[in-house]
Amino acid sequence: MNQNIFTSETAATRDGFGVGLVEVAQQDGKVFALCADLTESMRLDKFEQLFPNRFVQMGVAEQNMIGVAAGLALAGKTPFATSFAVFSPGRTLDQIRVSIAYSNLNVKIVGGHAGLSTGPDGATHQALEDIALMRTLPNMTVICPSDAQQAREATIALANHQGPAYLRLSRPKYPILKHQKPFKIGEAEILKEGNDLTLISCGDAIHDCLLATTALEKMKISAQVINLHTIKPIDKKALVQAANKTKRLITVEDHQVAGGLGSAVAEVLLPEINQSVTNELKFLMIGVGDAFGESGEESELKKKYKVDVQTIVINAKNLLISY
Amino acid sequence: MSSNSAPKISKDKIQQLEGLAREARVKVIEIISHAGSGHPAGSLGMADIFVALYFEILKFQPNNPTWKNRDYLFLSNGHICPILYAVLNMTGFFPAIELNTLRKINSRLQGHPHYGSLPGVENTSGPLGQGISQAAGLALALKRDKKKNRVFCIMSDGEQQEGQVWETYQFINKYQLDNLTCVIDRNFIQIEGNTEKIMPLENLQEKIKSFGLKTYQINGHDFVEIIAIIKKAVNDNLPSVIIANTIPGKGVSFMENKSEWHGKAPNSEETVLALNELSTTK
Repeated sequence: MNQNIFTSETAATRDGFGVGLVEVAQQDGKVFALCADLTESMRLDKFEQLFPNRFVQMGVAEQNMIGVAAGLALAGKTPFATSFAVFSPGRTLDQIRVSIAYSNLNVKIVGGHAGLSTGPDGATHQALEDIALMRTLPNMTVICPSDAQQAREATIALANHQGPAYLRLSRPKYPILKHQKPFKIGEAEILKEGNDLTLISCGDAIHDCLLATTALEKMKISAQVINLHTIKPIDKKALVQAANKTKRLITVEDHQVAGGLGSAVAEVLLPEINQSVTNELKFLMIGVGDAFGESGEESELKKKYKVDVQTIVINAKNLLISY
Repeated sequence: MSSNSAPKISKDKIQQLEGLAREARVKVIEIISHAGSGHPAGSLGMADIFVALYFEILKFQPNNPTWKNRDYLFLSNGHICPILYAVLNMTGFFPAIELNTLRKINSRLQGHPHYGSLPGVENTSGPLGQGISQAAGLALALKRDKKKNRVFCIMSDGEQQEGQVWETYQFINKYQLDNLTCVIDRNFIQIEGNTEKIMPLENLQEKIKSFGLKTYQINGHDFVEIIAIIKKAVNDNLPSVIIANTIPGKGVSFMENKSEWHGKAPNSEETVLALNELSTTK
């Protein structure tokens, strides 16, 4: 079953971003890229080479980068301001809040190396709170693509979308997925159908969800997977449908449970219980539980902080038994 | 115009500008008093520079606030927006009747300026250090597009304590943003007192110079000097920072050089005193 979803090609979401940005910049002369001394890591080398006049090397100065991006947007440009997510939005919340979100400017903030998957660099470099920070800002769109191909499409979509947005990217390579439909901001995607429960996730964690469904099938549990690539604006309709169809939902994310994708899902579904959502709903959130990460390999970290395939499988099984 | 020919300004012109600055100061006192809160000291101290910029330097069209050939004024120390609002009103961006809505519910005159709320407000600011980055980004875009518009950015001296300002100076130097002129309100006060006691800034000019920028010092209450140096900075075509020595609270004797007037509205008696003083000063 899952063989139909995973392709044999692997790439990181940051790779897809780099490809998509060059593609859209070839069509649209307004697209700018800003970088804080991480050109290669953020996959902007080709952009810099092809469009030197639209590339801005900021040095290690992320706060100024965000302000400069705001100024570029005020001049009618479409700047993509990139860094590691721990630095931006991690360090630049005030600048994003005031200079971009409040002014409703057309700036795309791109946070790379997000999540535990950043691995050996340790807790300082593992952004686990960026989704929470960005989705609380009015006017802000928040996107975390599931794979490189979707990151490419999301980048192009964001360049054509008017308004501030945050694009969350990560470092490791994963198989590119076969998608059911083209990427559209705000439209969740059912990557795999199932009847007993729904796994809702974004980014690299989608892959763990898909692997978990294979293990669950062996236990005769049919799980569906929703790729909630757009965390804001959230696709309430798709979530309500899934809640009523499977009655058990589990959110999975490489991010703090507090304020992340799971919280966003809870915010729209829980007030609907007994209204558009069944009162039989069972809801569980998997993510990092109020802890900092540490150095280690991605697989070791996911296991230790309980955001791995096994954790998903155990929780899914328990949710069904307790039901 | 060559850079060393100081433009002549007639006595009549100076008198006219002084009158406009007085009018702007009256508006500042009236609207902060009516609002019941706000920042009078910096607003009064920068009145002469705002009048010089809006009546002698900047190119703009009040009836067409997004005119593509306009010059831009970015306010980085957003808390002195009463003087910006006063001058925008006097140049016709919005009617006087709206001035008294400052800091009130449903107003276009927010307590700190908001881009998109009021015509003529070019940027959002409040948290210090952000406006200069925005101005630098705009200047970079204009420069790369080979456009002639000028960008001016007003900052406060206390604001120089923010690291972001120095990140931006590096950037302005690297990209040689010669279409950007920054003006620092050097009034030596911040909320808690004298800048040199809170967190010393001196030697401010030498520090900025060492970042590779062209610097100037002016008396921020002398129209001849203000206009001559700003024009010189513009014509020199170098990224420049003008340190304007000003008296905080200028024009209202009991507010002058007092840090407690950084962010406090005058009560009704103080308002009457201040307005009387402004109406009798020459």
